[in-house]
Amino acid sequence: MRRNPREVDGLHRRLGRRALLAGGLQLGFAGALALRMRYLQVEQADKFRLLAEENRINIRLIAPARGQIFDRNGVILAQNSPSYRVVIVREDAGDVDAVVDRLGRLIALDEDDLEKTVAELRRSPPFLPVTLVDRVTWEDVSRVAVNAPALPGITPEVGLTRFYPRGADFAHIVGYVGPVSDYDLSQIDAPDQLLRIPRFQIGKSGIEAKREDELRGKAGARHVEVNATGRVMRELDRREGQPGADLQLTVDAELQAYVQARLQGQSASAIVMNVETGDLRAVASTPSFDPNLFVRGISVADYRALTDDPYRPLANKSVQGTYPPGSTFKMITALAGLEAGLITAGDTAWCPGYLEVSNRRFHCWKRAGHGHVDLLKSIEQSCDVYYYDLALKVGIERLSAMARRFGIGVRHDIPMSAVARGLAPDRDWKKRTYDQEWLIGDTVNAAIGQGFVLASPLQLAVMTARLASGRSVRPRLVRTVNGVEQPGGAGEPMGLNENNLRQVRRAMFAVSNDRRGTAYGSRVIDDAYRMAGKTGTSQVRNITAAERAAGVTRNEDLPWERRDHALFVAFAPFDAPRYAVSVVIEHGGGGSSAAAPVARDVMLQALYGDTPPLAAYPQKDRGRIKAQQERLQRERRLRETDGSDRA
Amino acid sequence: MSYLEYTVKSVPSGIRKVLYMNWPLNLLLISVACVGFLMLYSVAGGSFSPWAEPQIERFGLGFAVMLAVAMVPIWFWRNMAALAYLLSLLLLVAVEFFGAVGMGAQRWIDLGFIRLQPSELAKITMVMMLAAYYDWLPSERISRPLWVLLPVAIILIPTYLVLRQPDLGTAILLVAAGGAMLFLAGVHWAYFAVVLAAGAGLVTAVFQSRGTDWQLLKNYQYRRIDTFLDPSTDPLGAGYHITQSKIALGSGGWAGRGFMQGTQTRLNFLPEKHTDFIFTTLAEEFGFVGGVSLLTLYSLILVFCIATALATRDRFSSLVTLGITVTFFLFFAVNMSMVMGLAPVVGVPLPMVSYGGSAMLVLMAAFGLVQSAHIHRPRQK
Repeated sequence: MRRNPREVDGLHRRLGRRALLAGGLQLGFAGALALRMRYLQVEQADKFRLLAEENRINIRLIAPARGQIFDRNGVILAQNSPSYRVVIVREDAGDVDAVVDRLGRLIALDEDDLEKTVAELRRSPPFLPVTLVDRVTWEDVSRVAVNAPALPGITPEVGLTRFYPRGADFAHIVGYVGPVSDYDLSQIDAPDQLLRIPRFQIGKSGIEAKREDELRGKAGARHVEVNATGRVMRELDRREGQPGADLQLTVDAELQAYVQARLQGQSASAIVMNVETGDLRAVASTPSFDPNLFVRGISVADYRALTDDPYRPLANKSVQGTYPPGSTFKMITALAGLEAGLITAGDTAWCPGYLEVSNRRFHCWKRAGHGHVDLLKSIEQSCDVYYYDLALKVGIERLSAMARRFGIGVRHDIPMSAVARGLAPDRDWKKRTYDQEWLIGDTVNAAIGQGFVLASPLQLAVMTARLASGRSVRPRLVRTVNGVEQPGGAGEPMGLNENNLRQVRRAMFAVSNDRRGTAYGSRVIDDAYRMAGKTGTSQVRNITAAERAAGVTRNEDLPWERRDHALFVAFAPFDAPRYAVSVVIEHGGGGSSAAAPVARDVMLQALYGDTPPLAAYPQKDRGRIKAQQERLQRERRLRETDGSDRA
Repeated sequence: MSYLEYTVKSVPSGIRKVLYMNWPLNLLLISVACVGFLMLYSVAGGSFSPWAEPQIERFGLGFAVMLAVAMVPIWFWRNMAALAYLLSLLLLVAVEFFGAVGMGAQRWIDLGFIRLQPSELAKITMVMMLAAYYDWLPSERISRPLWVLLPVAIILIPTYLVLRQPDLGTAILLVAAGGAMLFLAGVHWAYFAVVLAAGAGLVTAVFQSRGTDWQLLKNYQYRRIDTFLDPSTDPLGAGYHITQSKIALGSGGWAGRGFMQGTQTRLNFLPEKHTDFIFTTLAEEFGFVGGVSLLTLYSLILVFCIATALATRDRFSSLVTLGITVTFFLFFAVNMSMVMGLAPVVGVPLPMVSYGGSAMLVLMAAFGLVQSAHIHRPRQK
């Protein structure tokens, strides 16, 4: 296209003006860069010269030893045991492949791991040691050491890894450690520099996670002079870190092992708690798992096996599982009525086997009915209709308030993972959650611990301890930190009428000591250790009218996951209570048949501090108990030898 | 032909063209390249391998390419502009699918003898395309909205493709160089004012909204911006490089620590010391004097190129020369600002000095265009 000369001139002049402007700006910026250079290199030269000198001195972190965890008698539960690994330094090895090949003929090397390690080796600086194999046995270490001349650049090294000598018994309490993940880092605001050390391990669950800050300790530092490639030339200064604090738990390792063994084979949980101090002597949950698997890095197959198990070994049922407390809740309902002055212990209700409330029939577990029922009989024989009737008088608000005073619907402060709150329902709660009005039937159900009420085994133990002591005892799991006694759980008096409490306790005594009591079969004979308790059977399903018409199906005939939960709470000795015990056996059937015997065995084991004498048991049970005791002792011996092999 | 005043006869021909080149510019380029060789020799610990030797070879090749480009008349290159631009777009799309990623984010295609980075090529072809466009566009249309949108598209298409790689440094250079081309071509002031005002407004809005109900970005996005703007908030990542770079630079002082005596470089505290952070090594070893000397060489290259642009009355020649000048300026300005802690860390090399084949070859080819414009400028008899 042709342009006339005037247009060309105009365009050229405009271009020239703008080019000069742009050129000027560019040169101006170059001048600014020169000024910046002058500022850095002339005015601040001394400061940076100093910094450059400091730069040659490097600070390396020293990982502190993690605090150890003991039981109340000093039995070690989590320790740092030496583990051997074989490392390689590339520049010393020369021909890496040949050396690794030779090593492979001496000790077993994992092909996949090896490939990754060799790739890592090629990336990292030649003087940096890279771990070839981790967790090497002592025999392999010796073999490597003997053949050292043929393996240039390869050295065995010793490090510390976490080991849990008690294995599965404490998996849910102590938890386990694992390497820091990106997710862990993202959860922390200002991560400790230590966490950036490769392979550094932090608590992932249980006490290891909840008390991480105390257990971890403070990093030490090494000041080293580095040369051109960052290779350490010499150490200038060394400041040891502060090792993590040692924790002592309130748990008794022997008792814990016994309880775990006693519950073996069932999906269950049991708690033993000191009634006065709140010290938790045993917090058992079965089945369990070996926490050492997680420290090593669990294989996919092992993990799959744990997650696919219908008995849920990974779940800590003792604090995390919540269940309808069933009849174990009746003491709460009774006290709510007594404290409000609505009933006295002597008042009776009539139980024809059901109660009609707003055209719905609520059944007692005993179809034939209990006849005239007073407080003692209502707990002793677990009459439901007595509590239906009482519920109508008390109302849900008073009932739930009483439950909360006994720790149900309250999250207890203990350092374990996923401690559940449970639920003491009320009108507001139902409105908030379901946007529905509270129904009178809900109150009737709640009175016998069904419906919306939920409690964890820990909460049931706390409830029982409070019933036994009349004080608001709080559970305590950590006894000392670095030898310093932690605040105890002995609470203030609850301010309940002592006479009302005595009535309820007397009724609980009758449960397991009166011939008509629901747990008479699981009584204690030894007069010094008489036990008071309460059975509970909590429904997992609704019994349909059709089922009722056809006659209630027996629990044993149902598939496992539809059977009732079996519960039992107890305290002993009755005259001067020391321990509260709660037992929940998932889908175990009835509380008196499944849970009460376990609670009795556990209680006696705790009270005697060892295998209880057969004299404590009713005469006719002694043969069976003897066989059971021998079996458990045999199994425990077997597991202990297993454990020593693992170490 | 748009070459009105062009008298072919007055243009030197054959081997004589070499004599008519802009020789001061050639000498400046060789000097800067020599500074590069010297520094690459130094960072390798006094050795020609692994960097200095290949760099010398590539500069030789680059110089040959420059001569070849310079010998071809500038109007041929103008006719090629659209084709070259489309080709580089195709290559940018191709690397999306076939390219390999290495060292950060830049993508390249392995041609055997060289790893071609299409994003480097795009910087020059975009400038050529814009110059050809404004050479063709009648003057009264320059500031019409529709005719402004077209070059904006020419800029944004390669920018988008480069951002996808993702190569933020090159994308910024493309937008800045393209904007400068529009300015030089004479687009009305108001457009630039509006864009700048809108940009400032957006940035203000984004930052003002932080912590309020109508917050425009997610919290983690703000944190990323924080780290980008102030690397010291991430002392183990980006901040580490900048801090080390400033220490090395500052400790150089007035006259430097001497050739091959830079402790920070020796001790490996500097990352990418042969590429993005090579200026730090220079400033540490030769001090303020050395740094300003290189800056002066760069500024002289700018001056000679601008002079060439002003001397020719051919619009394409002027625009392409100025565009290349701006691109060159942006290269060293962004790189130096970065190593001096004035700008965030974006991967932009120091032109002609940093180790790298693609960038060097493309830049030399671009200077070939400048030389061609200089040789083939219209002369009135």
